[in-house]
Amino acid sequence: MTLMQKMLGGATVLAMTATAALAEPALMYDMGGKFDKSFNEAAYNGAKRWAEETGGSYREIEVTAEAQRVQFATRLAEAGFNPIVVLGFANAATVEEVAPKYPDTKFAIIDVNWLDIENLRQISFAEHEGSYLVGMLAAMASDSGTVGFIGGMDIPLIRHFACGYAQGAKAVNPDIKVVANMTGTTPAAWNDPVKGGELTRAQVSQGADVVYAAAGGTGVGVLQAAADANILSIGVDSNQNHLHPGKVLTSMLKRVDNAVFDVFSKGTEGFEAGITVMGLENDGVGYALDENNAPLVSDDMKMAVDKAREDIIAGNISVASYYENDSCPALEF
Amino acid sequence: MDVMPKWADAFLIPLFSILLAFVISALVILAIGEDPIAALKLMIEGTFGRSEGFGYMLFFATNYMFTGLAVAVAFHARLFNIGGEGQATLGGLGVALVCLSVPWPHWTLALPFALLGGALFGAAWAIIPAYLQAKRGSHIVITTIMFNFISSALMVYLLVEVLKPEGSMDPTSARFVDGTNLPRLSDILGFFGIPFSSAAPVNISFFIALLACYLIWLLIWRTRLGYEIRAYGQSESAASYAGISPTRIIMIAMIISGALAGCMAINSVMAAERLVLNSVEGAGFIGIAVALMGRSHPFGIVLAALLFGFLVQGGAEIDFWTSIPRELVVVIQALVILFTGALDNMVRMPLERLFLMFRRKKPEGS
Repeated sequence: MTLMQKMLGGATVLAMTATAALAEPALMYDMGGKFDKSFNEAAYNGAKRWAEETGGSYREIEVTAEAQRVQFATRLAEAGFNPIVVLGFANAATVEEVAPKYPDTKFAIIDVNWLDIENLRQISFAEHEGSYLVGMLAAMASDSGTVGFIGGMDIPLIRHFACGYAQGAKAVNPDIKVVANMTGTTPAAWNDPVKGGELTRAQVSQGADVVYAAAGGTGVGVLQAAADANILSIGVDSNQNHLHPGKVLTSMLKRVDNAVFDVFSKGTEGFEAGITVMGLENDGVGYALDENNAPLVSDDMKMAVDKAREDIIAGNISVASYYENDSCPALEF
Repeated sequence: MDVMPKWADAFLIPLFSILLAFVISALVILAIGEDPIAALKLMIEGTFGRSEGFGYMLFFATNYMFTGLAVAVAFHARLFNIGGEGQATLGGLGVALVCLSVPWPHWTLALPFALLGGALFGAAWAIIPAYLQAKRGSHIVITTIMFNFISSALMVYLLVEVLKPEGSMDPTSARFVDGTNLPRLSDILGFFGIPFSSAAPVNISFFIALLACYLIWLLIWRTRLGYEIRAYGQSESAASYAGISPTRIIMIAMIISGALAGCMAINSVMAAERLVLNSVEGAGFIGIAVALMGRSHPFGIVLAALLFGFLVQGGAEIDFWTSIPRELVVVIQALVILFTGALDNMVRMPLERLFLMFRRKKPEGS
C-alpha cells in the first residue's frame, strides 16, 4: 500500500516535471512568413535573442492558410506550450476562439488591443507617433519641399503609418508636399522590391528627396533606389540604417522584438494580462540613430525631434490616428 | 486501338507519377539531412491518425474539388481557365453579400441562396473573358489571369472601404449571423452517433462538392450540351460543321466553370463565417493541377483533390513538428504537379512499351 503510494507519488512528480519541462514558449507568425525583413522577422529576432540569452528553446510556426490559424494555435496550446505569442491583428479572431478554451495557457497577441480575454496580453504599437518623428526629420532634411511615402499593401495599418508621417512633416513645414503611394493591394506587395524601386524613381521625378518606406521586403528596393538616385530614405520596423550608410536618414523602429522578448522572459509566472501600448514613452517605437546616419541628423534636428517626442509623451502634441475615423487630417488617400 | 487499357491510363500513370514525385522529394529531404521516412510517417499520422487532421484534409479537398471541376469543364472545351482564383474570390463576395444582407434564420434557407450568390458572381467574373474570347479572340489565358488581379484589387477596395465594420482595423467583413453557420462534419456524423473532431472545419460543403462532381459527370458525358462541349474541344472546325456554335459553347463552358469556382466560397467563406481578403489562397491555381491530374474526369478530380488536401494538411504537420523548412513542403507539392501535369510522357512512354511487350507475348503463348 505504502509502496504503491510512493510509486504513484513518484510518478506524479515525474509527470509534473515532464510538463514543466514541456512548458516552452511558442511563437506563431502571421502570413508573410518568418523572414519578411520586417514585422515577423522582428518577432523572430526577439525570440532568437531570448533563446540565446537564456539557453531556452521555443517552438515557432508559420501560418500559410486562413484555415490553419485556429488549427495551429489550438495545437500549440494542446501540446502544452506556454506562453504562446501570436502575431498580427489578423489573428485576433484566432485567439478569441482558442484562448478561452485553454484558460491555463497564457496568450499574447501583437498589434491587437480591443479584445477582452482573461488569459490574454495584448500588445499594440503607436506607429503613428514613431512615424510622426521620422516625418519631422524628413521635412527638416528635405530641400525640395517634397517628401515621399511608399507603403506595402494598402491596408489601414499602413495608412496609419503614412498619416503619422504626413502630420510630422507638416508640423515642421505646413507647405510641404507629401507624395504617398502604395505598392499593391495583395500580400505580394510586401515583397516586391522591384516595384518599390520604380515607385521611388517616380516620386523622385515628382521632386521628393526623402522617401519613407513602410513596406516590408519591398522597402529594400525603395532604400536601394533612393541611394542610387542620391536622395535620402527612411527604413521601418528594424534599424535599416546600415543598409546604405549615409543614405538612410533614419529608421522608424517598431520594437516587436522587445515585445516578444519580454513575454518570453516573463514566462508564465510573470505574465500580465491586459493591454500594453508600446509607444514613445516605453521605447516601443522610436527613430534609429547610429554611426551610419550620424552625419545626416544635425543637432538642431535631433533637438527638435526629441522635444516633439517629449511633447507627445506629455500630451502637448496629439498625433491623430488614422483608425479614429478611417481618415487622415494631413493626407488624402 | 489504344496501346494501354483505360484503367492503366487512368490509374497507373498518376500512381507512378506520384511515386516518382515522392521518391525525389525523399531525396531532397535526405539532402538537407532529415529523415524522409519519419517525415512521411508524420504526414500520414497527422492526417489519418486524428479525426481533426482528417477533417482538415477534407476541408482543403472540398475547395480543390470545386476549382478542379471548374478548370476541367473549361478544359473539355479546350479553354484554359486560369481565372479560378479570381472567380472564387468573387464567389466569396457573392456568398458574403447573401449572408450579410438577410438575417437568416437557418442554414437550410441560407445555403441555397449563398450557393446561388457564389455561382452568379463567379460566373459573372468569367463571362467577360469568355465574351472577349468568343467575339474578339482575346486569349482566355491572358484575360482570366488579368481578372485575377482585378478581383484582388476589388476585394481590397471593398473590404477596406465598404464592408469593414466601423472601428475595426482588420480588413474583413462583419461576422455572419448564426443562421448561416453550416453544420460541420462532426455535427452530421454526431447525428448518427459517430464521434468526429469538432475542431476541423470540414462541413456540409464537402457533400455538395461530391454532388457537384456527379452532376458535372452527368453533364459532360450524358447530355447533349456535354457532347457539344467535348466535340468543340476536340475540333472546332468539325464542331462548327456539325452546327455547334463556338460562341455559345465558349460562353456556356466558361459560365459553368466560373460558377463552379464561385461555389467554392460556401466552403471557404460561408463556413469561415466572415469574408477575409485572401479567402481563396491559391485554390484556384491548385485546381489546375487537380484537373490535370484527374484527367478532367470528376472521379479523378475527387481523388486528386484528396491527394492535394493530404499534401496541404500533411505539409502543415511537417512544418509543425520538424525543422524541415516549409518551403520544402511547397517543393513536394510542386514535384507532384510537375510529374502529374507536365512530365506525363515520361511515365507514359515506358509504361506503354511495357504493355506492348506483354501484348506481343500473349499470342505466342496461346
